[in-house]
Amino acid sequence: MASKRPKSTASNKGKEKKNNAASPIESVGSAHPDNIFPMVLTSATQELFGCRADEDVTGDNPYKLLRREDIVQDMKTRAAVSDFSPVKQAVLDYPGEEMLLVFDRDFTYGQSFYLVLTVDAMERMLRPPEPETEEAQEDESEDMLMPTTPVPQPWVPLGSDKEIEDEIYRDSRPRLKYRISRLRREFGAPVVFSDRSAAETKDAFMECASYEDKSFSLREMEGSRGVQAIPDVKAASTQTKWTYPKNMCTQYEPRQLSEKEKNKCLQSKKLKNFVQSVAIRFELAIQQNEIMDVFFNDWASLSEEDGAFGGKADTHLKEYQSFTDLHHSREKTISHINWHPTITGVIAVAMTERLSFEERICGATKLVLNPSLILFWSFSDPINPQLMLECPDDVLSFEFCPSDPNIIVGGCMNGQVVLWDISAHVDRLQGTRSGGGGKNMANDTAAYQGFESKHENETPVVRYCAVSGIDSGHKAPITDIQWLPESFEVSRTGVPLENKTGICVQIVTCAPDCSVMIWDIRVPRVATHSLGEERKQKMEDRPLNNPHCAANPFKHLDLSWKPLMKVSLPKIDTSGEYSPYKFCMRHNRSDSQVATVHSERSEVPDYSLLRVPSAKQLKTMEDICTKFYVGTEDGEMVYTDWKMEKDNESGKLFSPKPSHRYIVHDGTVNTVCRSPFFEDIILTVGGWRFAIWKEGVMNGPIFLSQYSQTRCTTGCWSGSRPGVFFIGKEDGNIEVWDILEKTHEPSQVQTITTARITSIKPWIVSSKQHLLAISDHCGTLHILEIPWTLRSHSGNEKQSISKYFDKEVERLIYFEKRQEMREKEKKDKEAEEQRLKTQLPDKSMEQIEEEAHREYKDYLAMEKVILKDMGLLEDM
Amino acid sequence: MAEVEETLKRIQTHKGVIGTIVVNAEGIPIRTTLDNSTTVQYAGLLHQLTIKARSTVRDIDPQNDLTFLRIRSKKHEIMVAPDKEYLLIVIQNPSE
Repeated sequence: MASKRPKSTASNKGKEKKNNAASPIESVGSAHPDNIFPMVLTSATQELFGCRADEDVTGDNPYKLLRREDIVQDMKTRAAVSDFSPVKQAVLDYPGEEMLLVFDRDFTYGQSFYLVLTVDAMERMLRPPEPETEEAQEDESEDMLMPTTPVPQPWVPLGSDKEIEDEIYRDSRPRLKYRISRLRREFGAPVVFSDRSAAETKDAFMECASYEDKSFSLREMEGSRGVQAIPDVKAASTQTKWTYPKNMCTQYEPRQLSEKEKNKCLQSKKLKNFVQSVAIRFELAIQQNEIMDVFFNDWASLSEEDGAFGGKADTHLKEYQSFTDLHHSREKTISHINWHPTITGVIAVAMTERLSFEERICGATKLVLNPSLILFWSFSDPINPQLMLECPDDVLSFEFCPSDPNIIVGGCMNGQVVLWDISAHVDRLQGTRSGGGGKNMANDTAAYQGFESKHENETPVVRYCAVSGIDSGHKAPITDIQWLPESFEVSRTGVPLENKTGICVQIVTCAPDCSVMIWDIRVPRVATHSLGEERKQKMEDRPLNNPHCAANPFKHLDLSWKPLMKVSLPKIDTSGEYSPYKFCMRHNRSDSQVATVHSERSEVPDYSLLRVPSAKQLKTMEDICTKFYVGTEDGEMVYTDWKMEKDNESGKLFSPKPSHRYIVHDGTVNTVCRSPFFEDIILTVGGWRFAIWKEGVMNGPIFLSQYSQTRCTTGCWSGSRPGVFFIGKEDGNIEVWDILEKTHEPSQVQTITTARITSIKPWIVSSKQHLLAISDHCGTLHILEIPWTLRSHSGNEKQSISKYFDKEVERLIYFEKRQEMREKEKKDKEAEEQRLKTQLPDKSMEQIEEEAHREYKDYLAMEKVILKDMGLLEDM
Repeated sequence: MAEVEETLKRIQTHKGVIGTIVVNAEGIPIRTTLDNSTTVQYAGLLHQLTIKARSTVRDIDPQNDLTFLRIRSKKHEIMVAPDKEYLLIVIQNPSE
């Protein structure tokens, strides 16, 4: 609301205010707003409209709504006398129906009443917006308004504007306007100027002498200036470096086309043309590569083969460790060695007495007191064996079960087959793995000695789980024992059947009592059907009624174990039988799915629950080779079949005669060993020489060594090089034979010990460490490390060896043929000689002379003819 | 389509060929005999290399053009035949 101060009386303009009560107050706020009109109402008007002062309208209730019609009526009736006449026009213009008359008790606007002239003002006065809610709303809105930029509020003058207005220069009166005019024709008239002297006439000129204006010499002592205060202004500048964003890292995905687009592209003609035009170039290039590899570095690849000669100087087997047990290996010898198939650094040896047969009989009682043991050595502890297996008698041969290394089977001197289960002690064996931890272990145990029982330091002795029946087993010491692979099993008649269990369940043993037996570790099937059900129940009950030895998985076999099948080896030419010493079967590994499924099983099967199935239930396996080589005590090599044949006459099953027999060795064949690289190459060692055979070549051994000075006691193939094998000698030497290098003598001879070597077994620990375990007659086990030259093979060594063997086979065949030829020739020659001999005595002397004469005549005739032909003889 | 298939199959069945890839002008593989990640890698890298090789050849002689690119590594040989719109990549193991 702009306040307009009434100007001083000098103003001509101004609104004509009918301020009757002359509002002399020129103070601020005395003026009334435009939309109200202060007026006086006579008492008559008051009574008429019912708004008597202090009666109808009071200070508290000052509002009174009057009808506009009434006001208009009043104005019409009383015309100029009406109190409303000053606002006549406003009332007529008023849009609404009712007008608000406010009783102004305090004379705020100068009169006792005022009339509100606009509807808005009326509304505002009558219904003022409630301040409280307004306040609350304001508060809320204020909270909401806080974050927004402040809205500029209208200027509220606090008195400063008055001072400014004082200083402003304003026109106190309107500007005077003068109008000067002159006749137009007088403009631009020719002018005539003449001179007149100024001194002549006095008032011809006006003189304006300068004088000192006092006002300018006044020194202003005081002045008033208007000052406006502004906030501090500060100017500052800065230069910034513009850093632009650089890519730190990008994660992206390759663009790919959809299937439809790909197909579209593939269908396009352009692609077809492209591929056809380009294919020719490709064919050329690819064929070039196929024909020959131009970038093949012949020079570099040559050196690989030469490395064996020049490079490493170390060709000797280095001694790695040796094991001797002070308590148990005195007076004893080691008969068989076996590395533990899964735990590295653990090796088992069978200790037997160093006595001959007679000495055994004499000292039998002493032997009973001294139990035979199989010792488990670990690299970490060279003094104490880790585990000892108790055997009923000296064990000459033992093997770990390939599918479950906790089961060990052994063959004893008395012909019994023994089974051990070491699953309870596997942790102990595993805890003491490869060497280096040995000393630490000792320290640890020393620290704990006071607290823990002495159990830990003693070697546990494991008793055997099952032994075969003495009557039903072999009658001679079992010299060789092997597990049948888990791919098949053998029935009672020797027919190979599918093995549904997936684990090794059958064992083959041989002994010099002329028999090879096949055993089964499962519960045997009852043959008789009459007692069938009862027996079955009894058998099933038996495993439950085991009060002690709950951990004996082979209780069902103990003392009652019978072989499944017995194969005899009748001699081919004469009567009698061969006495096998060692045998070797073919590695029959067929791809039966059952085997692969079961090999993934990690749990130990419960052997007491396994039953021997009937032969009819299982599928016969056709591709298993049932023939095997047997080395006998007399030095013969026999090739026979274990499948039983049926005798047509009696219907009984009997073992067939062996197909081949060779006498090669002069002593007992102590090793029949298959090459790990070739399925059909077998090494046999016996007497003073050894031989290499190829299965299928029935003519003879493809390689026969010359007789050596000392007996060969054992032999084995190297695990890493196909053409290398080791022969152990009676004098404690090891001969390393490398067929590729030399075939007439060993490539290396090394003395290991002074006693005779009883067994050699190689083992590959890692690609850098190949070990060879050698046992000697004194009972010491030596572990030797195979040097680089003997363990790494050149790329095509296997090919070379196989070529060599093939050549040898050819030589053999050729040799035989040659022999046959010679035989034939010899026969022919003999026949001829015979004929000549028979012809000669018929002729007498005269006859001979006559014949001679006749021949001479024939000769002369012939001579003539020839000379005539040659034209040298004239016709006579 | 059948001829294309046949030709590619003929190339693929050569001795020692490990894989064949057909790539379009942008380096996106269209058809391949290898697995996806290998294909994508080969396509991207060889596409760039082919462009570089071609530009090299043409810089030396603008009237010349790249016809065939063979990269021989220790393990195998990569052969690339470029075209205006396509690229054929063959990886082969040379005779042992």
